[in-house]
Amino acid sequence: MKRLKQLFWISEDSRRNAPLTSKKKINRFAALLNLLLVTALWVALFWFSLRAIHVQLDFAFLGQFRIRIWDGFLVTLGLSVCSLILSLIIGILSAAGQSSPLLFIRFFCSVYVKFIRGTPLIMQIYLFFYIVGTAWGVNNRFVAGVLILSIFEGAYIAEIIRGSLLSLDESQLEAARSVGFTRRQTWRFVILPQMIARTLPALTGQFASIIKDSSLLSIIAVIELTQAMREISAVNFRLFECYLFLGILYLCLTLPISLISERLERRFQYES
Amino acid sequence: MKVEFQNLSKQYESGRIILKPMDFADDVHTLAVIGPSGGGKSTLLRIIGGLIAPTTGKLWVNSEEIEQNESSLQQYRRKIGFVFQQGGLFRHMNAHDNIAVPLEQVHGFSRTEASGRAMELLERFGLKDDWKKKPAALSGGQQQRVAIARAIAAKPGLLLLDEPTSALDPEYTTEVLDVIQELKEDGLHFIIVTHEMGFARHACDKAAFLCEGSLMEYGESAQLFGQPETEQLQRFLGKLLEWNL
Repeated sequence: MKRLKQLFWISEDSRRNAPLTSKKKINRFAALLNLLLVTALWVALFWFSLRAIHVQLDFAFLGQFRIRIWDGFLVTLGLSVCSLILSLIIGILSAAGQSSPLLFIRFFCSVYVKFIRGTPLIMQIYLFFYIVGTAWGVNNRFVAGVLILSIFEGAYIAEIIRGSLLSLDESQLEAARSVGFTRRQTWRFVILPQMIARTLPALTGQFASIIKDSSLLSIIAVIELTQAMREISAVNFRLFECYLFLGILYLCLTLPISLISERLERRFQYES
Repeated sequence: MKVEFQNLSKQYESGRIILKPMDFADDVHTLAVIGPSGGGKSTLLRIIGGLIAPTTGKLWVNSEEIEQNESSLQQYRRKIGFVFQQGGLFRHMNAHDNIAVPLEQVHGFSRTEASGRAMELLERFGLKDDWKKKPAALSGGQQQRVAIARAIAAKPGLLLLDEPTSALDPEYTTEVLDVIQELKEDGLHFIIVTHEMGFARHACDKAAFLCEGSLMEYGESAQLFGQPETEQLQRFLGKLLEWNL
């Protein structure tokens, strides 16, 4: 009875402050068993649902579209990486701008962050692409996609960075002064290392968001992964297969990233 | 080290007065600053350490005026060691780096010299095996010993300690005070803000009593504790005795 319990219960002390993925104190066999059960439940749920609406899945057609899918996959990856870099720059600048001594810059940045975070991405895509993009002559859809996505994600990254700047302890800055560090040395040896430790896990998570959010760019006909799948499903009406497979492909990108994010989080847990 | 100030005061922008104008001049060897909380002790120590600027007044150390601009303050801070009540160690660095990085970056030690000096001090303070630990993995007493090691690593002319034991359990308090006593025997000069009256009385030659932003009494520790003159000091010491054994 006790052994059975051990297979399903996590002991009190490993429950405390342990993220789900740290299997340190969780029995390997128990972990595997439970993971299997969870998977079985999800599969069963889908299977019964599909049965109920009399759908039979057939993924055979995917092979013939593999080049289009692969191209879409690469475009999604390219969009995401470019947007990550650009949104990081925008995020850092607007986080810094929000504590600028110039009131104009401060308001400019905070209005930007509030507007972007307060409106849906789909509205921003239409707005920027059809009004601003057309007016300023940005015709390349990939470039427009990267710009729009970066402006959107930049506002979230700005908040991540601003939050970590705010959480920087005054005592650490005072200690830096007391050992005789110059302003530059304080940034290099104290502020930046502590900020990187604090923002890196969240930034990694944001990268996963960028990848998912890039799917919305399909509405302005950037032929990334989602758009490629939409086009394929429009031809053969295999909607369920297409979107299920689409989900799997996105998971291939985002799951490793969220694992890295969790690992980084644990690595930088020196503060608590 | 000769410490002198004239008309020194501190008032915050909110209008709250922390230190009323005060004068002081003496050759400081070991000085304890005592007094009730909120009396301005830590503020005074930070002004002497060049960490905050006074609202009025001038400060001289070894007959040299301390200019209140960032570049000369940076120069000045390099000659002074400072130990905070808590949280003074860099959280992302291990014990060794906390000591070695400032030596290398600020005092021009080579990497091996800095590392050697850091290990020498850690060993001396009984922390040889903990050199790799980050502050969060050290006990409060160990953290303060590392902080003291960092503060004296570059052989400063004066060590300033701001309630170094106030956040510690009694057994850690003793361990930190022992270290300070040992440094005193080596001839290190220090000013300590403390609530450890036994240490202030027996380990420090001089004591200053700061209350309500004023320097009320100053003199030999034995004198100050033996025959307190002001009513405030008498009341302060009386309160401390209330729960003594």
